[in-house]
Amino acid sequence: MSEDQIKNLEAQFEARIARDEKIEPKDWMPEKYRQTHIRQISQHAHSEIVGMLPEGNWITRAPSLRRKVALLAKVQDEAGHGLYLYSACETLGISRDELFDQLHTGKAKYSSIFNYPTITWADMGAIGWLVDGAAIINQVPLCNTSYGPYARAMIRVCKEESFHQRQGYEIMMTLANGTPEQKEMAQDALNRWWWPSLMMLGPLDSESVHTEQSMKWKLKRKTNDELRQQFIDQTVPQADAIGLTIPDPDLKWNEEKGSYDFGEIDWDEFWQVVKGHGPCNKERMNARVSAWENGEWVRDAAIAYAEKQQEYKSKQAV
Amino acid sequence: MKNTDLYNYILGIADNTLILGQRLGELCGHGPSLETDIACTNISLDLFGQTRSYFQYAAKLKGGDSTEDSIAFLRTERQYVNVLLVEQPNKDFAFTIARQFLFDVFHHLFLEQLQQSKDVNLSAIANKAIKEVSYHQRFSSDWVKRLGDGTAESKERMQDAINDLWRYTDELFHTTDSDLVMIKEGIGVDVKKFKDSYYQRVNEILEEAKLEIPESKYFQKGGKKGIHTEHMGYILSDMQYMQRTYPNMTW
Amino acid sequence: MKKKWPLWEVFVRSKNGLEHRHFGSLHAADAEMALENARDVYTRRNEGVSIWVVESKHITASNPEHNGELFEPAQDKVYRHPTFYNVPDDVKHM
Repeated sequence: MSEDQIKNLEAQFEARIARDEKIEPKDWMPEKYRQTHIRQISQHAHSEIVGMLPEGNWITRAPSLRRKVALLAKVQDEAGHGLYLYSACETLGISRDELFDQLHTGKAKYSSIFNYPTITWADMGAIGWLVDGAAIINQVPLCNTSYGPYARAMIRVCKEESFHQRQGYEIMMTLANGTPEQKEMAQDALNRWWWPSLMMLGPLDSESVHTEQSMKWKLKRKTNDELRQQFIDQTVPQADAIGLTIPDPDLKWNEEKGSYDFGEIDWDEFWQVVKGHGPCNKERMNARVSAWENGEWVRDAAIAYAEKQQEYKSKQAV
Repeated sequence: MKNTDLYNYILGIADNTLILGQRLGELCGHGPSLETDIACTNISLDLFGQTRSYFQYAAKLKGGDSTEDSIAFLRTERQYVNVLLVEQPNKDFAFTIARQFLFDVFHHLFLEQLQQSKDVNLSAIANKAIKEVSYHQRFSSDWVKRLGDGTAESKERMQDAINDLWRYTDELFHTTDSDLVMIKEGIGVDVKKFKDSYYQRVNEILEEAKLEIPESKYFQKGGKKGIHTEHMGYILSDMQYMQRTYPNMTW
Repeated sequence: MKKKWPLWEVFVRSKNGLEHRHFGSLHAADAEMALENARDVYTRRNEGVSIWVVESKHITASNPEHNGELFEPAQDKVYRHPTFYNVPDDVKHM
């Protein structure tokens, strides 16, 4: 194809997206569109499965049977969501094994929030309430993104995720209404998870490299700063309602702009974690890699068995 | 308590599903593939669901401030009466599958009989649970075959797991005093009656999986009397951690 | 290269009376496992009463580059639609 032809195709392609048409796997697409989507969708998928680990950490220790089944179901959903997203990504011509390889070798990123440790039961509440809350803000607009398989995966994810945040908030509420010890546990968790949750919505717009292109392709409908503001505005009253205090002395309602002003985020900490030096980066990666490596003989056995069965069947047919 | 035997009998069923569910729960997020991870968690969820039904019933019998959670979390190790098989660790995926398979075949035969129980609560729980357990049995049998007749490595691992766990199978067919009372009243299940069917089914699958049927006649017992393997204390220290550290709180 | 679990497409009938609909895909070593995985992955919330799985490589798909010749000719066949035909307003049941 000549350069002009490609330019022409690209113009048509952008026009389709501008008209709100969906792009499907076999459609022509610019290489950059494919690469950007592989990067974002796989990063999203990786976040789901690495995200299983901090919460999985408390499954055996959940304080009641009701909490235990809810947590198990939630962590399992995250595996499901990872699976939907890997499948969407695979339609772009990359295999799940390649994607895992990118994760395991540190080439691919995942949400840095999962590199923080879960050290008390209240962290299950804080993650559900804050981390899932921030994730939902990010995800709901993606149900309408331009790439069909991604949009469909997100619709399923959002539908299933609706219970996750409520589950977390209910844990926090129960603790906040409990004994002084429990309330302290809840406040401590909020203190530790608040700032990482704000960071989770991405670097400042002024520092963000991908935003403009992503907006055009509907991979992003709002900027990081807008999403962050939305998250803060909706979360502060939720904290008030259960008597917990947001750990930000600069947090103040701004009547004029109709939203909250808030304190400065420690971006040094953010970049440290992103670059692989958070409290649990190594542990999370070790857990993923060893699950994958320990599973290799199992996956090989299943293939070998399937082949033997095929052979057996074709012999019988003769 | 009026119904001490019935209460004990229920614990004898539900401690198995509780501890096996707990063991499977450890694996969530660490399975050999995403799909398998999800499947094992489903089984764990089924088992905890059954456990809750049994314990809610037991709590009602016990009365006072007994709840499903006080029964699940606040006993001492000697008061748990699960069989030794279900507390064995996830040494590798072959052990997980072997433990599941050896229990599922028993569990299914057991629930078939429990459906006929004169106790309507138990027969209702069994009615619901048996569908779940049919699926568990299919899942674990399929995997026994895949691993047994897969690669040389998987065959060796699967055979090791079966050989190792075999010694815990006989205990499935032991009866406690409470069991005997319940059997006599038509509430409990006489497990001895299906012992032959159990080994027959297990052996069929092992043969299909091209595995050897262990010949050892030495078996371990004790779980049903609260005498456990050394693993049990660690399971409980995880499971009871919150309830023990923060007593008398609502979660 | 070592063989991996192939990709399967999953179709689920959500209740009797409805057609099977494409729900997504997954990996499995064989058809049995694909069915079991589909059950565990796609019907956790009671979404189905029947599942089909088919290995993705067995699906033949039309090429979007041929969409013009494949689908546009049908666009102007308006006489296939009931609104093409004039019928007096007071004639009922038609």
